[in-house]
Amino acid sequence: MTQQNRLTSGGRIDRSKPLTFTYNGKQYKGYKGDTLASAMLANGINVVGRSFKYSRPRGIIACGAEEPNAVLQLGATEATQVPNVRATQQELFDGLVSASTNGWPSVETDVMSIMGKVGGSMMPPGFYYKTFMFPQSLWDTYETIIRKAAGLGRSPLENDPDRYDSINQHCDVMIVGAGPAGLAAALTAARGGARVIIADEQNEFGGSLLNSKETLDGKPAAEWVRAVVEELATYDDVLMLPRSTVNGYHDHNFLTIHERCTDHLADIAPVNQVRQRMHRVRAKWVVLATGAHERPLVYANNDVPGCMVSGAVSAYINRYGVVPGNELVVMTTNDYGYQAALDWADAGRKVVAIVDTRETAVGDRVEAARKRGLNIISGSAVIEVQGSKRVSGVSVAAISASGSKVIGSVTKLKADTVATSGGWSPVIHLSCHTGSRPIWSDEVVGFLPGKTVQKQLTAGGINGQYEIAAALREGFEAGQKALAEVGLAAAEVVLPKAETLKLSAPMSLFHIPHLKPTSQAPKQFVDYQTDVTAAGIELACREGFESIEHVKRYTAMGFGTDQGKLGNINGMAVAAKALNKSIPETGTTIFRPNYTPISFGAIAGRNCGELFDPKRYTAMHKWHVEHGAKFEDVGQWKRPWYFPKAGESMQQALNRECLAVRNAVGILDASTLGKIDIQGKDAREFLGRVYTNAWAKLAVGKCRYGLMCGEDGMVFDDGVTACLGENHFVMTTTTGGAARVYEWLEIYHQTEWPELEVYFNTVTDHWSTATITGPNSRKLLAELTDYDVSNENFKYMDWKQITVAGVPARVFRISFTGELSFEINVQANYGMHVWEKLHEAGEKYGLTPYGTETMHILRAEKGFIIAGQDTDGSVHPYDLGMGWCVSNQKPFSYIGKRGMNRADCTRENRKQLVGLKTKDPKQVIPEGAQAVLDPKAPIPMPMEGHVTSSYWSENLGHSIAMGFIKGGLDKMGETVYYPLANGTVIEAEICSPIFFDPKGERQNV
Amino acid sequence: MFHIYCPHCAEYREEEEFHAKGQAHIARPLDPEACSDKEWGEYLFFRKNPRGLHHELWVHAAGCRKFFNMTRDTQTYEIKEVYKIGEQPSVVAE
Repeated sequence: MTQQNRLTSGGRIDRSKPLTFTYNGKQYKGYKGDTLASAMLANGINVVGRSFKYSRPRGIIACGAEEPNAVLQLGATEATQVPNVRATQQELFDGLVSASTNGWPSVETDVMSIMGKVGGSMMPPGFYYKTFMFPQSLWDTYETIIRKAAGLGRSPLENDPDRYDSINQHCDVMIVGAGPAGLAAALTAARGGARVIIADEQNEFGGSLLNSKETLDGKPAAEWVRAVVEELATYDDVLMLPRSTVNGYHDHNFLTIHERCTDHLADIAPVNQVRQRMHRVRAKWVVLATGAHERPLVYANNDVPGCMVSGAVSAYINRYGVVPGNELVVMTTNDYGYQAALDWADAGRKVVAIVDTRETAVGDRVEAARKRGLNIISGSAVIEVQGSKRVSGVSVAAISASGSKVIGSVTKLKADTVATSGGWSPVIHLSCHTGSRPIWSDEVVGFLPGKTVQKQLTAGGINGQYEIAAALREGFEAGQKALAEVGLAAAEVVLPKAETLKLSAPMSLFHIPHLKPTSQAPKQFVDYQTDVTAAGIELACREGFESIEHVKRYTAMGFGTDQGKLGNINGMAVAAKALNKSIPETGTTIFRPNYTPISFGAIAGRNCGELFDPKRYTAMHKWHVEHGAKFEDVGQWKRPWYFPKAGESMQQALNRECLAVRNAVGILDASTLGKIDIQGKDAREFLGRVYTNAWAKLAVGKCRYGLMCGEDGMVFDDGVTACLGENHFVMTTTTGGAARVYEWLEIYHQTEWPELEVYFNTVTDHWSTATITGPNSRKLLAELTDYDVSNENFKYMDWKQITVAGVPARVFRISFTGELSFEINVQANYGMHVWEKLHEAGEKYGLTPYGTETMHILRAEKGFIIAGQDTDGSVHPYDLGMGWCVSNQKPFSYIGKRGMNRADCTRENRKQLVGLKTKDPKQVIPEGAQAVLDPKAPIPMPMEGHVTSSYWSENLGHSIAMGFIKGGLDKMGETVYYPLANGTVIEAEICSPIFFDPKGERQNV
Repeated sequence: MFHIYCPHCAEYREEEEFHAKGQAHIARPLDPEACSDKEWGEYLFFRKNPRGLHHELWVHAAGCRKFFNMTRDTQTYEIKEVYKIGEQPSVVAE
């Protein structure tokens, strides 16, 4: 294929480096320095996609981030698929594979376009809402078809092979944009000695200077750019980031920069390179030098491929050596539009006409065009375009001075390209991210950045300063201001001399009139990506949407991946006219991060795969893995769930483990329980205030179970605390509650009772805990210690500092199974040693490892609660039948006391925790099942409570369950029913939750 | 993301190191038993949600683990001041 639109010289491309790329399965050539878009235009590719709603053919319209149409799918393999790539921002590399995302079966022959043509008038704004909402049951079907038809790219089905990264940055001055204003600001700040970061989304610095033929100090502007970049590179404290989009401007001068490190090199990043990097910048001052986007005009059939914005036409010619057509018609409301015609003529192609909507224009660019003998048609507009897959001609007519109606007869001109300029829209997106409302300027004919609370400066095009001299001056001034603000001396900078061109006043015109009313004229597109037309916006206003935010949502204007960069202002102007208001009265929608779409990879950075979430392992984890444990996540901990033997089902394993504990001895890794070391002379007093029970008399060497409530009186954690010394305790918490309890203690100490002398430290990871439990546990422990562990010497609820397996250990004689138990705590790194020694000695006693599930069953046999399973933040200790754990004697009104005495907490018929015994002993009620008194009651049945814990108990030979029943503690022996989703009903008898060893004799032997 | 000055560390740190803990200066009644259910309910549940200046309790959770107060504008997200527990704000709504 030849590059029929490529000029033989000029531009910033390297003609000695040809590149091959694929678009929709066909191979094309381009050059190094091309974007995918410039290479497509060079090859005369007109259609780059089909429109979202009407399926109309669409071509490239712009040359940067604002491009709404050329949104392509990239990727040579399934794993490297990238949706949402703007061809105008994607640098060409050899072997690039691209495809259009809309259009079925292809963009050239699209079935849906018939829908668009026939159904055009039948698809007004709100069409989907109005048409497909009913019946709702069919929405899933509709949605599938609509989505397939619309097609906005797709995600890869395989894992991304590339690596992504993030980095934290700090600087004095963050400069966004490396056009004339940004470079002048950077040069000034750098010379003044500031730490500077300057980022630009393009592959090289220079911004608009790269697209123009303007001179600085009489030389091509690009030479000044090169000199500045070279100087900036000499400063250690200046970080230059090309190919880096500042995507978000967040609170307190925090900015996120999306750097594309290798997207321009290949489909997959080269070995050992990061594909994209997210810079997280905290800047003392920010200079926004983001420039402006040219606005296209809104006219009939303005979406036919070949309709472009005029600045883009100049950029393709000057920067890429590509003339995107043969016969050009320019339509402009201002002097800048003339530049496209001048550049087009310089490239040796035919300028058919410059259609100026103004009656008179006398600026220097206008004069230049006049001198070149270009055909200027004043006071007129291109009211309609002919053509379908490419512009074939235009209709030009005189319009009224206000631009509100056509006043002359129509002349048809032959042309294949229409370049329009409706003026410029400052790129205020980042300023909007900070919450600043933009302000309309009649002079600039655009929205300018509003007031901000951030330490932010703006310079150049973002302020409506489009002339290079003004942009340079504003950049310089912003640089000096930033230097002064960060406490540095002013810098010496001599700005280059720019050409000063006289400008004539622009006309404030957005929507070109047609012979027919807007609703009947051919479509006049406002937002290309979401297919919003001027007629659609007018209709929305007629239907009563007056707020611009509502118009936006109803029509979907600005909802595309381009966020309406080209269309929003035009849309507001159309709405303003329809509402008979001014643009400032109509207001504007604002922009949110991100400025351009960003890959999930860049957001995730390294936080994926293994590093997605931290995992916590106990010191004995390796042993568990080697012994076939199945694991359960408890918070971030990996806890053994059960230890199946070969061929065992889960239930078989649980049955075996449960029997072993009751009949011999079991061992549990309890290292994950939260442990908080508490010291200080007021530690005891403090415990009394945060637990519901009494702590004043707990002797050194003793342990006690405690319940912790919130100020509302509801249980939120529990655990055993041991008294290590008169002023020293160690508190255990639930595995998942450790961090919360720790913060709970701190907040009360620091904010309510700072007068108490008490200190907390989290020591969970310092200890490994092996719990041995069962009738043989004492014999086993005795083998590993010289200490006398008899019942007389080592009583229930005692703890002892002794030596176990040769290492110092804190052994707690406490029990969560109801069996004789010892919890052996050793320094964490001794954990595996002690664990293995216990197994060596324990074999003859039938020592059986068990996991969390068996732990749950055994404690449920005893009616012991698990905070978070049998409590849900709405139950107090009395609801749990644990009034024995609440002291009313303590002088201090401990946390929860007042709360659990509220009227609602003391009323009758609260849900109370009871045991549940199924009539059919084999049936296990599902946890969460709802209790009813009459299973034949009409739906919705009155619900009496629910099941919180439910298991098969092999020890008892029947199922056991705990659950809440209204007034349950007074309903012992009564029957409740659990209707299940499958239509069956389980009948159960309310009983004590203590199913096993109700007198608690087994733990006390 | 906020940039927060921890009055205990005497340094600016990233918001990621901190947790917000709600409205500041909610003192626990000295004699809870003397509170009516209504008073206790107000202490427990009722919080301000102002547009503008707000005094908040924060904790430097991944730092020094100390609590402190912050006066913050809920509209602009400006942090007007930070001050230690037991101190009173100097920036207050009119």
